[in-house]
Amino acid sequence: MTEESKNEEEILEKIDAFDELPDVPPKRKLRLSWVGKLGIAVVAFWLVIALIGPYITPYHEMDMEGDDSFLEAYGNFYLGTDYLGRDTFSRIMFGARNTIGISVAATLLAYCIGITLGIAAAVKGGWIDMAISRVNDAVLALPTIMLGLIVIAALGSSIPILIATAAVIYAASVYRIARALGQDIMVQDFVEAARARGENVWWIIRSEVLPNAAMPLATDFGLRLVFVVLFISSLSFLGLGVQPPASDWGSMVRENLQGLAYGSYAAIWPAFAIATFTISINLIVDDISAKSGGSLAKKMV
Amino acid sequence: MEKLLEVEDLRISARNDEGVEIPIVKGVSFDVHKGQVVALIGESGSGKTTISLAALAYTKPGLEFVGGQVRLQGEDVLTMAPLRQRALRGHKVAYLAQSAAATFNPAITIGEQVTESAVLHGVLTQEEANERSLGLYHALELPDPHRIGHRYPHQVSGGQLQRLMAAMALCGNPDLMVLDEPTTALDVTTQIEVLKAFKKVIREEHAAAIYVTHDLAVVAQIADYIVVLYNGKIMEQGTADQIINHATHPYTQKLMDAVRPKPAAGQGVALTGEHEQEIANLEVENMTAGYGEIVNGEPAVTVLRNVDVKVQNGHVVGVIGESGCGKSTLARVMAGLLPQSEGKLRLDGEPLPGSLGERERQQLQKVQFVFQMADTALNPKQTIGQIIGRPLEFYHGITGRENHQKVTEILEMVELSADFASRYPMELSGGQKQRINMARSLAASPEVMLCDEVTSALDSIVGANVIKLLTALRDKTGVSFVFISHDLSTVASFADEIVVLYTGRVVEQGPTDEVLTPPFHPYTRLLINSVPELRIGWLEDTMEKREMAVGIARGVEITSVGCPFYNRCPAAMDGTCDVHNPPVRELEDGHQITCHLTIEELHEAEANTQKALHGYEKLGEGEEEPRATT
Repeated sequence: MTEESKNEEEILEKIDAFDELPDVPPKRKLRLSWVGKLGIAVVAFWLVIALIGPYITPYHEMDMEGDDSFLEAYGNFYLGTDYLGRDTFSRIMFGARNTIGISVAATLLAYCIGITLGIAAAVKGGWIDMAISRVNDAVLALPTIMLGLIVIAALGSSIPILIATAAVIYAASVYRIARALGQDIMVQDFVEAARARGENVWWIIRSEVLPNAAMPLATDFGLRLVFVVLFISSLSFLGLGVQPPASDWGSMVRENLQGLAYGSYAAIWPAFAIATFTISINLIVDDISAKSGGSLAKKMV
Repeated sequence: MEKLLEVEDLRISARNDEGVEIPIVKGVSFDVHKGQVVALIGESGSGKTTISLAALAYTKPGLEFVGGQVRLQGEDVLTMAPLRQRALRGHKVAYLAQSAAATFNPAITIGEQVTESAVLHGVLTQEEANERSLGLYHALELPDPHRIGHRYPHQVSGGQLQRLMAAMALCGNPDLMVLDEPTTALDVTTQIEVLKAFKKVIREEHAAAIYVTHDLAVVAQIADYIVVLYNGKIMEQGTADQIINHATHPYTQKLMDAVRPKPAAGQGVALTGEHEQEIANLEVENMTAGYGEIVNGEPAVTVLRNVDVKVQNGHVVGVIGESGCGKSTLARVMAGLLPQSEGKLRLDGEPLPGSLGERERQQLQKVQFVFQMADTALNPKQTIGQIIGRPLEFYHGITGRENHQKVTEILEMVELSADFASRYPMELSGGQKQRINMARSLAASPEVMLCDEVTSALDSIVGANVIKLLTALRDKTGVSFVFISHDLSTVASFADEIVVLYTGRVVEQGPTDEVLTPPFHPYTRLLINSVPELRIGWLEDTMEKREMAVGIARGVEITSVGCPFYNRCPAAMDGTCDVHNPPVRELEDGHQITCHLTIEELHEAEANTQKALHGYEKLGEGEEEPRATT
């Protein structure tokens, strides 16, 4: 009996003390599943290779040291030789720097351009939004590889031009996402509260919009990077990307394609490298996306 | 009576990321008999919705049944095969969600959706279902029952949609209906209509129902049996009469205290200390505002027309009206979020520009806006410390350690401990979030706080606590409030002055006690009548009177000609009220009523209402002779 009344008292105290349960349990840490961790391991591996690869290879990427072309693995040639008798293993290690480096640089640049314009369009609206969006639509309407071919055919192929071309082409889709996210956030009450307080546009973008857009944009970064890797590889495959004799995964596939007829794996290994890198990034992105609530939009809250 | 549903020792748990079991429902037992309405009452987090869904053998994702039985006509639904459970849902047990607007598919006609479930379950053919739904539309007193089924959800009002959802649930002749807070989101005047229709249809159909709500006054009208829940446990259960009139458990009593009394004079809190001042803090003069392009001082959609409001130093001005009457727009104009198309704003006697960009930082600081939904008004990526600290830094240049200390002080003012500063909004409860929401405005040390429906999203006890807090803040800081609400009883207990808005025009304003004593504007009378009382039989009494007095269910029209309340007013005079704008009739202490009826006529109308209700003359009871100056 006394225990019951004690219980009742406790309940009343709780109500008076305003001690309610939070609507959502605290959840600050993001735990990835083993799939995501595998993805991280593979991506980390390739990043390390991109950094230190050229210092630990048995041969230089341009050394024609092999006994013949399209040989199977022997001696120091762990993955055999390519069509000029160069070491495939060394060339993949050297190529990692080009392929990953150019892609990451191009994606980062695409993000800088896309986010700046996207947020500007979302915040300013009106004719600024209209003007940027229509130009953006025009870029999106052109097939990416076609646009890339034309630009590079006109300006010649060099690494800075490759990066700039890929960045501009992919900035268009980043712009789309950044603008949509920005528009969603701009109509939230907390942004209106900041406006009512008298905050300037820069503060609102920096403190209210960007932190809330960061997570969805980061998820998208992974996907975008994959597209850029494939884009650069495609250009290289067509002979307009990284120019020989420098190695790059995409151009390696093209150079060694004829070897397939002779049963050589020289074209398979770089293709495999592209596949592992891109698929791993996708695994990470998917896992983060699933762990933090499924759709991109949901993650904003 | 035959037992329809038996819930026995029901236990439902959630599991967190570590796999630890968290009990949500902790051994609940109750019965539902045929033809009975059982109310599950409790605050959010009490598990009432979770229990009600168990009647459909359903749990929200992440929850699981860990024990107990739910027997429908003797058979445990929890252990049924999934296919049979599916056959049960919508057929034997129907569920009515809280928000009808979210339940209806906007792309399909209402009639199709109402009949869908019954036809899908093979209970009725399409023709039979159509006929049945027609009967239900009649029973639910929906306008134009023959054609309403051909309309789309956006073409009917919120209250109608709520009733249509009842038709949807009833169409397949379910044995049991589960109603989850079906009237919580509605205006009082609409709520009463919906309640009446529900009650009638439940009686006519001999359906049993589980009614989930946090509002005891509503429960008193509709339930036969009441189960009081707290934290997943039953505190008390019994017949409606037992619980309403002879509650024993302290928690039930606490719930009863949170039911606000019928709005009447003398409930307000008297001002303490020196508040009076010559110049008003905030003044709105002859203001017209709306949305869309402004042509010749008229916006495309005019929401407010010729509104005058004065907020005296330290006073609380309550703004009341149904949804869509322009009360939020009024606050947004005051806050500078929506520039007015005509009229003037004054702050401490100085002109205040209508748009944010033209206001000086000091002016911005003095007028602070508190948003309705704390959930969306707090940036989820900022800690509470950052949220409250920002206005301190922005307006007063307080940074670093001093800022931190100030934040702690402000948290104390809203009765939260200092460790909240490091939390994120997601980790707080609804009531706590609302406190942070107000704390942010307080941090600016404003002169006027504009509170837009700050309690309407909260449970009754939590809401009552927030009002208590606001009252304390007013006394402590001397800040004035504009308090916007659709709930007249909340306003009556907190405001010093009341402004009654109807379709963007002020129909009555003045000191709270004056507004809440006769004579009333017919619309004010209607609002007062519509607030549910904690008394069994109140609904019947009121409906009897109301049907005679006011055609409430009629549509609202926004006009600039004639009296806005013309088509709902029981005293409307054709040829006068619909043609000429009503004059403002001045009474004592700045009490104003905008009506064609003279003060004497309003008194007379009030006497007639009282006579109809009580059967005897009540005129002249405790009121002073009015001084009409028209």
